Formats: sequence, structure tokens, C-alpha cells
Amino acid sequence: MKVLVAVKRVIDYNVKIRVKADHSDVDLTNVKMAMNPFCEIAVEEAVRLKEKGVATEVVAVTVGPKAAQEQLRTALALGADRAIHIETDERVESLAVAKLLAKVVDEEQPGLVILGKQAIDTDNNQTGQMLAALTNLPQGTFASEVAVDGDKVNVTREIDGGLQTVALTLPAIVTTDLRLNEPRYAKLPDIMKAKKKPLDVKTPADYGVEVDSRVTLLKVESPAERKGGIKVASVDELIDKLKNEAKVL
Amino acid sequence: MSILVLADLHDGQLASATAHVVAAAQAIGGDIDVLVAGEGVQAAAEAAATLDGVSKVRVADNAVYAHQLAEPMGALLVALADDYTHVLTSASTTGKNVLPRLAALKDVSQLSEVIGVESADTFLRPIYAGNAIATVKSDDPLKVITVRTTAFDAVGSGGSASVEAVDVVVDNAQSSFVKQELAQSDRPELGGAKVVISGGRGMGNGENFKLLDGIADKLGAAIGASRAAVDAGFVPNDMQVGQTGKIVAPELYIAVGISGAIQHLAGMKDSKVIVAINKDEEAPIFQVADYGLVGDLFEILPELESKL
Repeated sequence: MKVLVAVKRVIDYNVKIRVKADHSDVDLTNVKMAMNPFCEIAVEEAVRLKEKGVATEVVAVTVGPKAAQEQLRTALALGADRAIHIETDERVESLAVAKLLAKVVDEEQPGLVILGKQAIDTDNNQTGQMLAALTNLPQGTFASEVAVDGDKVNVTREIDGGLQTVALTLPAIVTTDLRLNEPRYAKLPDIMKAKKKPLDVKTPADYGVEVDSRVTLLKVESPAERKGGIKVASVDELIDKLKNEAKVL
Repeated sequence: MSILVLADLHDGQLASATAHVVAAAQAIGGDIDVLVAGEGVQAAAEAAATLDGVSKVRVADNAVYAHQLAEPMGALLVALADDYTHVLTSASTTGKNVLPRLAALKDVSQLSEVIGVESADTFLRPIYAGNAIATVKSDDPLKVITVRTTAFDAVGSGGSASVEAVDVVVDNAQSSFVKQELAQSDRPELGGAKVVISGGRGMGNGENFKLLDGIADKLGAAIGASRAAVDAGFVPNDMQVGQTGKIVAPELYIAVGISGAIQHLAGMKDSKVIVAINKDEEAPIFQVADYGLVGDLFEILPELESKL
């Protein structure tokens, strides 16, 4: 079966972000960008399914500016067969991304779609679930284990308090949690080969999808800074401070 | 304004998170109904009816809603949503799983992990692992919202709302429950604990987490962990505090052997008092800690336990 994997270009997770002086957004000029960590796990899982003979083809897709093609090339270097770039410079909310991906699902008819559970920029945790709703497919979110078994997939999910396993009919949508796998690094020869793999460029208009949103970002601010604390010299002093100064014991 | 709150269940009982979500609903203002959906949830519905500010509890008690699988729950919410301007639930794994389905099926956006209510259409939510706070205004006819429960104080339980059955039953041929393995613990729930003590990579191994037990017992604390400790296999994943784990805001948070990566801080920096115990005095955790103690945790922890 074909596996579709969605990836997002986001700020590198090690970067300490800055809010713009006019509070309109976070400043992304000259900041290191990378593939969202949960998307790396999604690509890895798709490639492993191919290595196991479960997947026959892995297609990577992204929605975003021209520069997002770097992340598609990374996915190709990691083992995806071809890529689809839906190019737009707009701020695209999860719902619009889900609508675009639903069109791609309709066109490509994958047996499984794998996404990350959330992007580390907007922290929404919505796109996979919305895609499942729009395509009327079942969803296995926050997956830590994915086992395809005939026309079903068993997904072990990380839930509050432990693990839950659900069985889904295929085709299905899966979103990855951290413990699903350890993504590999792209090797130099694979990075070179990835440059020759097919990459289709489309626009939201090609799919007849409007990417505007009824949600307006009014303001972005830095969170309240914590006041600098003090260092104590001993356990006795710590207990004394917690009892008599902070009054939390 | 009419608000539907999807109740959180834990082992079929009403979870404490619901009282926090009702508080967020009160901040929006308007009539508040609570939906309790599951199998064998009558007791949970009666508990929900005692929450202050709730007008009506609606109960969907049917085997198809057992374990609150996303597909039937999404369909149930779609069937009920037209009566409401807002649908809220906690940003638990269930809430995150179910609510975006409702939003997409109603063709509206969702606002995730809301931490503040400015008005009925304007909300505050953290982005970039809590390193920025966004104020967002939604012009959607239906506001679909998950609430970060630690940002709202729980409402009391002196109410007496009416309880009525919902007879909406949906089909679900797409997904089925196979099994569940919940970690057994006598300690308070991590998300609701007044005191949390967490260990990081500095604990060295899983065995050493026992050093936290005695202190946790004396303080009535929940035990957490950093992602590094979870990834190293010291403790199970559901103990993880951070952007990709649980968000906590206890009265007292004690970080032991935790460096203080952005990922971890996103999960605990709203704690009232933070204590850091770390041998590296340059560790970033000391920049957010109210009280820092530089030293070897293997000496400090037993001493702390004996002196509490």
C-alpha cells in the first residue's frame, strides 16, 4: 500500500525564540529552521513500513513557502519516494492544512497517512484529527506502536495514565508520539540522490481550497518572566525557606 | 452564550479536570451544560451535577461511547453542537483526540490549550513551547476550545443541576478498543498534585527514582520526570513533564537532576515555587528556580527526606 506522510517546516527546537518588538508575532528572520521533530518520527515510521514490505511507496507532502522544499528533500533523503509541495506564503491554520491534505488523500488514495502529533511552533495538535474527520477515516493519535495486520492497523496510543490499543480499519490516519521510533540521519549519498527524486509543486488554488481563516492573531507577547531566585547553601536552609518564606511546606 | 463542556472521565468516574473546565466556561459567561459520555457513567453524571455553575448535565450512556473513542465521540458532539456557541473540554489526551474532529466536521478552527479568556471570542494560548503567549480572536460561529486546566481554579461542588439522558446513538464500524494498560499509582495525579517532585537524567537510572519516594510520601507529592529520564528508560512515559508530556502548575515543584531544557520548562514554569537540586551550578534550571541547591543529589535527597 501507499503511505502518505505530512511534514512541516518549523523553527529548530533548540532555538530560543524572540517575540517581535511590535508584538505582531514571533521573529523568524534569520532563524534556523528544520523539520518538526514529530514529523521526522512520521517519516521514519513510513520508511520502516516500506523496509518491512508493508508499504510499497512513501509520498511526502508539505504545505508552506518555497523554502519548505528543503524539508521535503530531507524526507526524500530519509527514504520517501516522491514529494508534493503545496506552495503558499500565507499563514495556514490547521483546518486549512487538513483540507488540503484531504484533497491529496483523495487523489493519491494512500492506505495509511502518518503525521506528527503536533508542530512545535503552534502547538495545536489538530491537523491529523481534522484530516481524519474530513476524509471520514479512523484515527490513531499519539501512536507509540503501529502494527498493520491485513486490512486493519493496531495502534498503541500514549494516553494520560498509560497506554491504550485500538484497532482501526484501513485506510487510517496515524499521528506519531515521541516513543514511536528513533529517526535516522540522512546519509550524504542519500542526500545527493534525493535531489533527483520527483517533487511536484502545487498551489492551494489547484485543489480549490481557501487557506484564509476566521481566527485572527491579535498579539504575541513574552510570558511573564520568573523573578531570579536565590541559591541556598544547605538542606536545612532550603527547608527553612520553604516553610517560612515561601510557606509551601 | 451557551456552552457545552465535555466531561473528563477517569476509570468511568468524573475526573477533577472537569471542574477546571467549568471555571473556564464561567469566565466566558452564559449557560453551561456538561456532557458525560461513556458506558456506565451515571455516577459521573451525578458528580458533574454538583459542580457550581452547571445548568444541566446531559448523559450519553452507551457501549459505543465506552473508552471515548474519537470516531463515535466526534459524531456525538456534532449531533449536539448546534445548540451551543462554545464547546470546551480539557487539553487531556481524550480532549485533544476528540475535539478537532468536531471542529473540522463543523468547518471551524479549534483553539488549543487556552490559558486565559478575554471575552467570548478572544482567548490567550501559549505557542512555541510556552515561550510566547498569543492572543487570538475567533470569528467562527462555534468556538471549539481545549482548556489547559492548570490555568483555571476548579469550581466548587455545591450545585444541583438537572440530569437528562441524551438518546443520540451513532454507529462505529471503523475503530474498536483492544486493550488498556494504566500505570498503577497510589500517589496523587500528576496534573492535579499540589507538590510535584521530578527526576531527570541526573538520577542515573530507574532504580534511583526510589530516592524520591520517601520525600513524595512525606509531602503528598506526585512524582514526575524529564523527557531525558523517560527517553533513557528510567521511568514510564506518563510521568513526563514537558511540552510533549504533562503540563503541571503545583504550589511546589522540586526538580532533581534536571538541567532545565526549554521542552521541560514548558511543562512546569507556571509552578508557584520551584526548587532545583543539581550539581551543575550553570544548569539553566537555576534561572527559573526560586531556591537552588547546588550539590550531589545522592547526598541531598536522603538528608532532605530525613529532615522533612
